[in-house]
Amino acid sequence: MYRYDEFDAALVTQRVAQFRDQVDRRMKGTLSEDEFRPLRLMNGLYLQLHAYMLRVAIPYGTLSSVQMRMLAHIARRYDHGYGHFTTRQNIQYNWPKLVEVPDLLDELATVEMHAIQTSGNCIRNVTSDPYAGAVADEVEDPRIWGEIIRQWSTFHPEFSFLPRKFKIAVTGSAEDRAAIRVHDIGLRIHRNEAGEVGFEVMVGGGQGRTPMIAKTIRAFLPKAHLLSYLEAILRVYNLMGRRDNKYKARIKILVHEMGAEAFADQVEAEWAEIKDGPVDLPASEVARIENYFAPPALDTASNGSADYALKLKSDAAFAAWVGSNVLGHVQPGYAIANISLKPVGGVPGDATAEQMDVVADLAARYSHDEIRVTYEQNLVLPHVRREDLYAVWQALGEAKLDTANIGLLGDMIVCPGLDYCSLANARSIPVSQQISERFSDPERQRKIGKLDIKISGCINACGHHHVGHIGILGVDKRGKEHYQITLGGKANQDAAVGAIVGPAFAETDIADAVETVVDTYLDLRADGEEFIETLGRVGIAPFKETLYATH
Amino acid sequence: MPLIKDGSFVTDPWIRLADEDALPEIGPIIVSLTRWVAARDALLARGWPLGICLASGESVEAITGDLDRFEVVALEFPTFMDGRSYSAARLLRERHGFSGELRAVGNVLRDQFLFLHRCGFDAFEVREGETVSGWLQAVAALTVWYQPTGDARVTVPQLRQLAPIAAE
Ligand code: SF4
Repeated sequence: MYRYDEFDAALVTQRVAQFRDQVDRRMKGTLSEDEFRPLRLMNGLYLQLHAYMLRVAIPYGTLSSVQMRMLAHIARRYDHGYGHFTTRQNIQYNWPKLVEVPDLLDELATVEMHAIQTSGNCIRNVTSDPYAGAVADEVEDPRIWGEIIRQWSTFHPEFSFLPRKFKIAVTGSAEDRAAIRVHDIGLRIHRNEAGEVGFEVMVGGGQGRTPMIAKTIRAFLPKAHLLSYLEAILRVYNLMGRRDNKYKARIKILVHEMGAEAFADQVEAEWAEIKDGPVDLPASEVARIENYFAPPALDTASNGSADYALKLKSDAAFAAWVGSNVLGHVQPGYAIANISLKPVGGVPGDATAEQMDVVADLAARYSHDEIRVTYEQNLVLPHVRREDLYAVWQALGEAKLDTANIGLLGDMIVCPGLDYCSLANARSIPVSQQISERFSDPERQRKIGKLDIKISGCINACGHHHVGHIGILGVDKRGKEHYQITLGGKANQDAAVGAIVGPAFAETDIADAVETVVDTYLDLRADGEEFIETLGRVGIAPFKETLYATH
Repeated sequence: MPLIKDGSFVTDPWIRLADEDALPEIGPIIVSLTRWVAARDALLARGWPLGICLASGESVEAITGDLDRFEVVALEFPTFMDGRSYSAARLLRERHGFSGELRAVGNVLRDQFLFLHRCGFDAFEVREGETVSGWLQAVAALTVWYQPTGDARVTVPQLRQLAPIAAE
């Protein structure tokens, strides 16, 4: 993992002092709320329906156990004993008091964490593959470049007042586990025909009210030029992006209106001016950062034990958990263990302070001190010896963290919705709870197989409904909460936006509607087909029929 | 509007001329791009120092051929959220070598002085009530920078090259 040096540490400390001064000025009244608003928004502090909400950055979703313990401490000391992991691999606290936020940030700084650029029209916290450094299909660890982008984008003086927020995601594998094609910039590390490693650069993806899949504007960018190329993209966007309408201000609209080719031409022309300038890092600095992400010292002799094989046979619940939550690791004998934050009837993405402590302890003991946060709002222990999995699973079970549903129906992405969010049309959490209770039988979920349900409380699409296999969008129908269903969205390397299936459903009917969709699929599926494959084969018409015939 | 330049209040010798104002006989003036394009010869013939003000969104390319004629380039911020002039400033300084006064005019917040300064602005029209100490505090709030701009600040990657051991 990356560790701060004196410079990184000094910057975070200075930032807290600067913010403390801003809060002081607000408390004394020398700053009005109108003047304070943009300042707090530059530091992840939102005013929500009931209270302030603070968003803490977890760069590229990687945490150490010490950092996780601090997040637990903050949940206890400054919040109501829990935190909410988000689709941007961050954590949000829903109840901090304004006067206490500077102290909270001081505490975070002691473990190399902050809330810098977690809101505002700037380059947001960079996201990445939660399995980085642990999967076999990886060309290079994307977090190296995640960290390089983090540093370059931090307080970038030119790009802190962009037309709109700006999100960058990086992955190092062919399989996309970071939804890079629905980001403002998606970067995929790959090898070209000559065997050199570089980036495919995709621009203009996004969700919200105008969902778009990113376009590739450069198939291969040599690694060493990444920062100058990003600077060129951002400069073109900063100068040309629309500022007349908030809903047309994201880069996806600029790329769409100009056309991807014309946009790429602008970027290339700008890049030609700066590519050999000072913004790209010297090789020694890249190597310095790369060193921090060297693979952990894994036990190469470990190849699972007889005991592990026995447990798999004798303990069905354990086997079920391994079946859905555990994945292969690049090192034989090791595994990637996913921790679901989606228990039946729970709030997706929420974890209590006690649960965070348990995960921290397990990471320290069994996972080389590493934890990942996924954009699906779950946690990951990326480097667990197979023979330790049983002990890990038992400890997770005691903390109610052993839900065996990763990738299954219960593993829903859900935005905070009307329970917290001032922009919401409808509640999302209670809808997800209804659905998870309806499908609470784990055996039934396993039979249904892989299925992504994603729920947003309004068209801003924080719950990624456009790219859910089943997307659910809260809408307001004459003052009543209603829910529109989309089918066929995908967030992976074959990213696609789902199609609206028909009129919205009332809150009391939405769980039935989801069940109808699932039953229709079960009726139609060929052997071994996943939901999304059946849908691809038969199209949306049969689902329309069953959905609206029964209503 | 009070003007802070290079860290202290200065009396502003420049007159900002609205497009409908008549050309004064004497004195340095700042004109809009529209006026410059329309009355270039008359403006040059006056023989007094000349400045130009670009509205946010007006391309710096429109004046790069004439940069040596201007002692001041003022860049406008219609609202503090409009960040186009940060890019314009860097282009003027770093690409086109403008070395005259680069002035931020319009709606900017104290907490933005630092970013403006990094992008090459050296003069700031500030609100009534702003203080030099407030300005100085704002531009010194952060001293650690990862990315190079045209200003004199040393960046973290440069410091790391100087002291590779400190980074361990
Ligand atoms: S999708 Fe809408 S309701 Fe949900 S968190 Fe985003 S803005 Fe709020």
